[in-house]
Amino acid sequence: MTEIELLSWARGPGLQIATVIFVAGVVIRIFEIFMLGRKANLAEAKGGEMSGGLKTMITRTIPDRTTFKRSSVTIVSGYIFHIGLFIVCFLSAPHILFLKDIIGFGWPSLPTPVIDAFAVVTIIAMLATLVNRLTNKVMRYLTNFEDLLTWFITFLPLVTGYLAFHRIGMTAPTLLAVHILSVELLLIIFPFTKLMHAFTLFIARWYNGAISGYRGVAS
Amino acid sequence: MKKDLSLNDGTPTEGTTGSGTLGESLRSQGVSRRSFMKFCATTASMMALPPSMIPLIANALENAMRPSVIWLSFQECTGCTESLTRAHSPTVESLIFESISLDYHHTLQAASGEAAEAAREAAMEENFGNYLLVVDGSIPLDNPGYSTIAGISNLDMLTESAKGAAAIIAVGTCATYGGIPHANPNPTGAVSVKDIIKDKRIINVPGCPPIPVVITGVLAHYLTFGSIPELDHIGRPKAFYGQSIHDRCYRRPFYDKGQFAETFDDEGAKKGWCLFKLGCRGPTTYNACATTKWNNGTSFPIESGHPCLGCSEPDFWDGGGFYKALSMPTEDISKTAVYTVAGAAAAGAVIGALNRGKKSNSDKIHIKTTIDDLRK
Amino acid sequence: MSQTDTPRFNIHSGNELTWNVKPILHEIRHALLELLDNGNTSVIDLRSIPLAPGEEETIISALGQGEVHARLDALGRSDIVETTYSGVWLVTHYNENEAVVGRFIEITELPAILKSQREDMSDALIELTQELETTDT
Repeated sequence: MTEIELLSWARGPGLQIATVIFVAGVVIRIFEIFMLGRKANLAEAKGGEMSGGLKTMITRTIPDRTTFKRSSVTIVSGYIFHIGLFIVCFLSAPHILFLKDIIGFGWPSLPTPVIDAFAVVTIIAMLATLVNRLTNKVMRYLTNFEDLLTWFITFLPLVTGYLAFHRIGMTAPTLLAVHILSVELLLIIFPFTKLMHAFTLFIARWYNGAISGYRGVAS
Repeated sequence: MKKDLSLNDGTPTEGTTGSGTLGESLRSQGVSRRSFMKFCATTASMMALPPSMIPLIANALENAMRPSVIWLSFQECTGCTESLTRAHSPTVESLIFESISLDYHHTLQAASGEAAEAAREAAMEENFGNYLLVVDGSIPLDNPGYSTIAGISNLDMLTESAKGAAAIIAVGTCATYGGIPHANPNPTGAVSVKDIIKDKRIINVPGCPPIPVVITGVLAHYLTFGSIPELDHIGRPKAFYGQSIHDRCYRRPFYDKGQFAETFDDEGAKKGWCLFKLGCRGPTTYNACATTKWNNGTSFPIESGHPCLGCSEPDFWDGGGFYKALSMPTEDISKTAVYTVAGAAAAGAVIGALNRGKKSNSDKIHIKTTIDDLRK
Repeated sequence: MSQTDTPRFNIHSGNELTWNVKPILHEIRHALLELLDNGNTSVIDLRSIPLAPGEEETIISALGQGEVHARLDALGRSDIVETTYSGVWLVTHYNENEAVVGRFIEITELPAILKSQREDMSDALIELTQELETTDT
């Protein structure tokens, strides 16, 4: 198979397969969550569920002081790499074009040297999270195979994207194909791992806020 | 245009190892040493060699013997020959041509029919082991009858002619990787030279067509150094194909700043902004277009406002639409996504209902159900 | 439109956007210093650098024309011009169709191609000797 053939497969059938698995997986899991429903709360409502829920979805973004002190490395490196990934994935011109083809509209991009800098910062932050996970006693105790797998399949597109952009190691078509294939790998494994937190995060935060709001307490 | 290509007129008796060295040949044509120096300087430039190598080239060319060259044309459009013989620099390229003894070439030779074939065979026999074989066009394998010359199939002619060749130069994307005939669904079973010949050194000079100076640059290299230039992993000379178009494109600053042309006639296009969004294959294509350019450095596709097609890469005809940016999917993903959402919603509803059923059943009989139970 | 007319495109990139002019002028300056200090000559092949449309003209007009303008008629025209900067020569080679086939900036006391070549002088000696012999008899 020539390089261009591999690249064309990654951009075509490969992407189709990954999309089907990703979308189906996410939709089914969300349906499962919502349809299981909640037990009816027979106590009298002392406050609003919805307002508590919506507020908490946003306020939980800021960790409280004790939590922060205990897991500062996790929180800081986590925030850095999430923000970095967001910028690299959604504000780089080629990626915006990709999304524009799928959803129909695009938006302005950041200059490539800026994206490049953020990519480097994100790579460092992700490495920091891995090191923390393996050296911190508590983290090491909690870590299982799935944690390492999800770290790896998230790290791979980042690194392969960087290599593809700078054309290091292999020729350009191959590097680009590898990058796209790594994204497809991420998409395929996504719905079956804790990466679902990308969607369930907001559901969980809402639920926490809703419980408290119903009881009329702050959360 | 004075051009003496020393083409064989059909009589197979003439010696074809050429008249002495290149230096002697040029001098006998009244080319002064100073002219020769000019020739070497422009040749060095053409071969993408640094000016410091000019004395070396002068010395090598002075003493180079004129090799016999057999040019075979198979399933091709003749664009490669056209590209070469348009000779916008007749003094340089025709001199290269004059420095070789072109003993067989369909388009350029005067002879035809059996006389031409006899001439080819004589040249091959006389220079066995020393002649250069240049091939353009792909070779059909499905049915040899798709492309024949004097009744001889391309496959047979290639394998026969390759036996005594010192080196083979495959010119154009058809000969190097299959080209247009090889594109989906490949009705003739077209393959490239390297798919057939496995035991000879092959230099791939792809492009649709290749830049003429690249073709003559490779010839000049062979003349100067008597060896094939350094090749990359798919057989292309690194001197010309070592850099991607993207890395040498003068519009690169616009790419980096995020200034793209969105359509072919908008403000961005008029200002000469980057053509990535219009499907430019520059990032994944290796060729010399951005530096050497075409028509003696006049321009190249991107400079003229059209995105690169990637014509020096294998399978470029099947590499996704030419006007779809490289980062875009080649198929309709949004349709797939919408159908999948619909299907998954239905499936999700069913699974969710089943789960609820299991949960309420176990509630009824007061058995604790955990998530793991539901998963079973 | 004859073959030698410069094609007109309505796309222009000013040199401030593609930044090749200044670096090349710096390279020339460095080479001139090297020539004065150590006597080493340098040649810059303008064809090997990806220049935007208009940049080559900008560089050439920045260098300007000095005291010497030599014209070579060998395999087509060649123009050898000393720029306003002494020691910096612009050598342009044309083919017989007046198309540019090479452009070099040479930082040297005298471009080698201007000097008469030994081989040519040897041939000239033979010719002149023969000429004199035939006129004598």
